[in-house]
Amino acid sequence: MPIRVALAGNPNSGKTTLFNALTGSTQYVGNWPGVTVEKKEGRYRENKDVAVTDLPGVYSLSPYSPEEIITRNFLIEERPDVVINIIDGTNLQRNLFLTTQLTELGIPVAVAVNMMDMVQKSGAAINSARLAGELGCPVAEISALKGSGIAELMDAALAAASSGKACVPRHNFSGAVEHALAHIEEAALHHLPQERQRFYAIKLFERDSDITAKLGLTPEQTAHIEGDIARGEREAGDDSESVITAERYKYIDSIIKDCVTAKHGAGLTASDRIDAVLTNRVMALPLFALIMFAVYFLSVTLVGGFSADWISGALLGRALPGAAKQALAAVGCADWLEGLIVDGVIAGAGAVLGFLPQLLALFAFLGFLEQCGYMARIAFILDRVFRKFGLSGKSFIPILIGTGCGVPGIMAARAIENDACRKLTVITTTFIPCSAKLPVIALLSGALFRGAWWVAPSAYFAGIAAIICSGVILKKTKPFSGSDSPFIMELPAYHWPGAGAVLRHMWQRGWSFVKRAGAVIVPASVVIWFASGHGFTEGAFGRAEAQDSILAAAGGAVAWLFAPLGWGDWRPVTATLTGLAAKESIVATLGILYGTAEAGGGGQAAWSALSQNFSALSGYSFLLFNLLCAPCVAAMGAMRREMPNAKWFWFALLWQCGFAYGAALCVYRIGLLPQGSFGLAAAAALLTLGLFMYMLLRRPKAARRAR
Amino acid sequence: MRTLKMVKPGETVRVVRVAGSGPLRRRIMEMGITKGVQLIVRKVAPLGDPMEVHVRGSELSLRKSDADIIEVE
Repeated sequence: MPIRVALAGNPNSGKTTLFNALTGSTQYVGNWPGVTVEKKEGRYRENKDVAVTDLPGVYSLSPYSPEEIITRNFLIEERPDVVINIIDGTNLQRNLFLTTQLTELGIPVAVAVNMMDMVQKSGAAINSARLAGELGCPVAEISALKGSGIAELMDAALAAASSGKACVPRHNFSGAVEHALAHIEEAALHHLPQERQRFYAIKLFERDSDITAKLGLTPEQTAHIEGDIARGEREAGDDSESVITAERYKYIDSIIKDCVTAKHGAGLTASDRIDAVLTNRVMALPLFALIMFAVYFLSVTLVGGFSADWISGALLGRALPGAAKQALAAVGCADWLEGLIVDGVIAGAGAVLGFLPQLLALFAFLGFLEQCGYMARIAFILDRVFRKFGLSGKSFIPILIGTGCGVPGIMAARAIENDACRKLTVITTTFIPCSAKLPVIALLSGALFRGAWWVAPSAYFAGIAAIICSGVILKKTKPFSGSDSPFIMELPAYHWPGAGAVLRHMWQRGWSFVKRAGAVIVPASVVIWFASGHGFTEGAFGRAEAQDSILAAAGGAVAWLFAPLGWGDWRPVTATLTGLAAKESIVATLGILYGTAEAGGGGQAAWSALSQNFSALSGYSFLLFNLLCAPCVAAMGAMRREMPNAKWFWFALLWQCGFAYGAALCVYRIGLLPQGSFGLAAAAALLTLGLFMYMLLRRPKAARRAR
Repeated sequence: MRTLKMVKPGETVRVVRVAGSGPLRRRIMEMGITKGVQLIVRKVAPLGDPMEVHVRGSELSLRKSDADIIEVE
């Protein structure tokens, strides 16, 4: 039975950095509150009998958002052998609030005062021996980033765990509250072990509905307790929750003077001066636009352009297939195997891997932005805008991460407190083009629009417009209406991220992209290559021309559905369907289908064949549908996990597909109107547009009633 | 009664009471905005909302509608 150690602390206090230092793992660390939304487990590298759990950051044990519930339930249900409470040494007052709650759990606690290097730099000093005496548990000074003090911390924590002696809180509440707590313990909690009673008594006193339900009290007990609470409130002159919260801070104020000597009058820190520019009233929005533009220009246009010429074109397009053909011919490889390798694997995976350089650049920039502390400022400056659409400033973080990958993007939505707002964020996050959709955009803009400068930005604008319109429309419906969510967010100090951390982040995300190319795209390419080259001809199964293949038959069966969008051909429809496995597959599939069918090879020939089969309008309609429709299965899985039930999940998928279909229909059919084409589909498009405008502009029922 | 919403950037105030009820009030208090504590309003976001408040050694972003339940002097 391993010794179970749990890491708990405020958001952004450095738990994951400590976790990585303890376990030698490389979990992702950012500089905004709420990076960790799921608990993670590992083993202490100095002693494999110690299991370490990294819990999502919380400000308190009275949870509001799902990740806070994870932390609280883990602590009270799993009861680890010791809790390491990490507190940010530069911000003791607020961090100690959680400490006062953790010490009440009846579990051994060891406090780790983190960021001691920053504390010393600021000229402050912390008397940790004194703090340990006041809190009633061991206190160690550490710097998780520099790796100092960690061995001492673990010695103290493991000693506390093996002693098995629960931390006994030294703080008391006022007489009225203590009186009520004693009565509550007497009335309802005597069946519990002594050291756990206090935590539950305080939660019952605070009328925590979750805990009350868990304890399963009799109606008599509930009534009795309610009497005690009411008496306590009368004496203290406020409601019970506020009394407890205020008294915790009063206690912290009383000990902090003796434990910390801060150097005052230091004036503005470097972080303050940076912030004065980046969130300046006039400069903030232009600077934000400039930063975003620079990130995408440098990675997509500059690095992307270079890699398209040299890697996709010269290396993967010509040199590699040529060399492979020669090598295979030299060993006397069968024709079909050569076809499989060159036209299936190399054409499919090569089309995708050519995009790796620009993605690596993008991941490096995003990693820098996430770790320097700018993310929380983006939420700060954009909150006003997002609130108008039923989202919150915090919704921007999932969306920005979603430009890299939708899966962590959707998971980051957990940090949003308000239920309706969180669901809305989950539904809309994948509208923004993720890195896997980037190859699709780049391919179509290159093949069909001669690399016109406006295509890639327009994809992002379409994504943003879809988010905004969905927000406005859905917020007017009943399930999403209701009050705004509280938006109280900590703005962390800026710090310059280490090059190692940024590169590791880039490497992790880049590697997962490569792994996907290997695990999903290569098998999918092989299946598509096979299915597009074989079929039933004259009653027998065998090699067939592409238009007689089983893939053509399957794609053709649903192709009629997409005919109104201008691309009812089986090839783009098949590509769209394979895009559900992974969006990069769209590129791989198009490469295989147009390559083998028309030009006898992948690369440039396939794209020129592609351009002959699309008009600009139908090409854009195809692009739009694939950007906005349901995401890949991995992201769908994340959506299902973040939604409370299957009904919400299906609604989200239906909304995304419906929105994509409507948008593509309107663009294609209304775009055709000037050419004098009018029919049933055009009428449907106009009707869709009308309905859309009505839903966008109507006044919600609730607002009308309020007037 | 003056509330935090009306405080101009650069001003320092003391909290008299956190009005309102429910999770919002609780969250505000848990983040350290309790009776008697000193707040410095650092700045207001470019679009006029939310505001950045310095409290107990950390910087918090607060919406004006939420700041309106915090009575100050």
